[in-house]
Amino acid sequence: MSGDHACAEGSLAAGLGFFAGYPITPSTEIAEHLAIRLSQVGGTFAQMEDELGSMAAIVGASVAGARSMTATSGPGFSLMMENVGLAVMMEVPCVVVNVQRGSPSTGLPTAVGQADVMQARWGSHGDYAIVAYSPASPQEFFDLTLRAFDTADTYRVPVFLMADEVVGHMTERVVIPPASRITRVQRKRLPRLKGNGRFLSFHTNGKDLVPALAHAGEGYRAHFTSLTHDERGYPTNSPDVHDRLVRRLVNKIKLNAGRIVEAEEYRLKDAEVVVVAYGCMSRSARRAVDMAREKGIRAGLLRPVTLWPFPESRLRELDKGKKKKAFVVAELNLGQMAREVERCIGRPPATLTHAGGKVLEPEAVLEVLAEAGR
Amino acid sequence: MSKETVVARHPLDELFRADRFPHILCPGCGIGAAMHCLAQAMTESGIPLDRHVCVSGIGCSSRVPGYLNVDSYHTTHGRSIPFATGLALVRPDLEVTVFAGDGDLFAIGGNHFIHAARRNVDLNVICINNFNYGMTGGQAGPTTPFGAKATTAPFGNWERPFNLPYLASAVGAVFVARWTTLHVRQLKEAVRSVMKKKGFAFIEVLSPCPTGFGRPNGIGDGLEEMELYRERCVVDHKASLPDMDIDLRDKKRPIVLGNFLNLDRPHYQPGKIPQETSHG
Amino acid sequence: MENKPAGDRGVPGARRPLNLSQARIPRGAVHVLPQRCKGCNFCIEFCPKEVLAPSKDMNAKGYHYPVVAEGKGEACIRCQFCDLVCPELAIYTEEVF
Repeated sequence: MSGDHACAEGSLAAGLGFFAGYPITPSTEIAEHLAIRLSQVGGTFAQMEDELGSMAAIVGASVAGARSMTATSGPGFSLMMENVGLAVMMEVPCVVVNVQRGSPSTGLPTAVGQADVMQARWGSHGDYAIVAYSPASPQEFFDLTLRAFDTADTYRVPVFLMADEVVGHMTERVVIPPASRITRVQRKRLPRLKGNGRFLSFHTNGKDLVPALAHAGEGYRAHFTSLTHDERGYPTNSPDVHDRLVRRLVNKIKLNAGRIVEAEEYRLKDAEVVVVAYGCMSRSARRAVDMAREKGIRAGLLRPVTLWPFPESRLRELDKGKKKKAFVVAELNLGQMAREVERCIGRPPATLTHAGGKVLEPEAVLEVLAEAGR
Repeated sequence: MSKETVVARHPLDELFRADRFPHILCPGCGIGAAMHCLAQAMTESGIPLDRHVCVSGIGCSSRVPGYLNVDSYHTTHGRSIPFATGLALVRPDLEVTVFAGDGDLFAIGGNHFIHAARRNVDLNVICINNFNYGMTGGQAGPTTPFGAKATTAPFGNWERPFNLPYLASAVGAVFVARWTTLHVRQLKEAVRSVMKKKGFAFIEVLSPCPTGFGRPNGIGDGLEEMELYRERCVVDHKASLPDMDIDLRDKKRPIVLGNFLNLDRPHYQPGKIPQETSHG
Repeated sequence: MENKPAGDRGVPGARRPLNLSQARIPRGAVHVLPQRCKGCNFCIEFCPKEVLAPSKDMNAKGYHYPVVAEGKGEACIRCQFCDLVCPELAIYTEEVF
């Protein structure tokens, strides 16, 4: 099964109710697959006029009660940023898949890239926080898609699946667990209301910072606005309310990072050289680590599974006492994650970067890690 | 029985988040009247209020859902229609009304409008046309008449405006009407009737914007623009849609109103391919 | 695809034929919410019976709200136009029996 198909199947396993999308290489197979499969399971597939519409539609579908998703690549991801901000502000759970290709602009439509990493974190205007996963194989694309919906529902936040063309188009064995073994997080919902009771639709208990969600048509008569709003959902110009709201939107992810962050560690225990790589490049990096070990270089791999929140506390831990000889970042952009690693360890890591179009060979990673570890 | 009675509540207050009144709209603005018609149509529709949903974009008109006591979504600029599309597809049992302005629906949101109409999504779209961007202070927009003054057209607008009923009918709307904020009964009836209708219904509502459009263009305040509607509006349900351009400043040109189009055509239901029954 | 017949295009019109022998002209009583009024004068100007006039007093925002005009105490026919055209929901009428 290809990565794109695995993603589509993962979304179905998660109970996808609504997909809206616009054709774009190399993510189109997700839409094509769901065009067939969603109708078989009673969901709704809609092809929209553009990615602005796709993103708006999945937010609308989600407040109506459906688990919803869209899939795109860089150019479409740029257009979606507007209503990613809407989903953040209205706190509407949804999943956005970006199968990354060479960029900027139309770039290399059919070839791999990883240069949307920072856009995933900062692409929409304003202060906010989201969650972004980075799958490195079709199986993981399936697994993380499943998890992305749970994370979105738990924190009422848009969740990104930052795949890349290689992972999207690669074909590998994918094991789909039986439906009985798949558990789903339930959205935190307001208790059913009778009559025209008033309630605070954006009130939180101050602990997990996530308000309970009112779906359309349940009698809450809730107001959702993209404007800064108070706990009733009413717009306000108050700088204090604004600061409190934006801080909560950031903190509900930031303060729960310990529960959200995932990273895979490979041969890291005694490693002197730490390679940081994700997505398709982590596959080269893993091979490079093995090759380095054969040469007697004690290398290991840290693979962020969540790009955002970034596994920064783990990196800081690894760097404790400055005992590592070197950190190496290998990625298909000109150093976006390297910058994040530098922020965590306080010095620039060695880098292997390329603007994209191909996956860098394990030998190239090996060369940089050997040089850095000398 | 001679004098008025002073009261604290309006009978329709239950339809509104009256704790938010007075609303932000200017004196003489017609949007409040159109909102009033929408609320009245909702109560008369026979559809329980809990099943009504109102979606908007950004702008003065788009503030309306925030005052209505129904499930309401004040989304991003231009995106009310795709947002409402997603919502309506997941809950086809809900009555979804989009209430937004001409700039929102036809400039930044124009692409969504034409495609939702083409698909015949089951939405009621009410467009306040006040010939300018009011919220941002009177800039020229897609309906500003040729030659009219706006803050971004200080020497007169050199763009041709859309004729909205003609546009809506051309792209596939199954119901097309134009009324004004003076023609409140006809407007209310049109809104009420589209709440019973499946498919993409479009109602243009001409409304005074004294602050942004009326005063800079010699039309005067809201009342004077309403007077102008009274003098120059002609109801003609059979009017020729291509000839329905509006220029309030042109004293010889009538403003044509009516329910121009009402077709039965299968509405958008993804996964369902309807059998065409007629090719007439 | 047939367009519904013009005249009403399937929309019930506001105007219906009147049967004079059965018609009863209602009488209305005007209710106002002075604090909501923004003084647009729509209700005053478009009342078909010229029942309303601007108040002498101003509300808290400085607007002259509608009151029943001198000598018009019995003139309201409860057509409800003032109610529906009011952007502020600041006026309505009730039928008097």
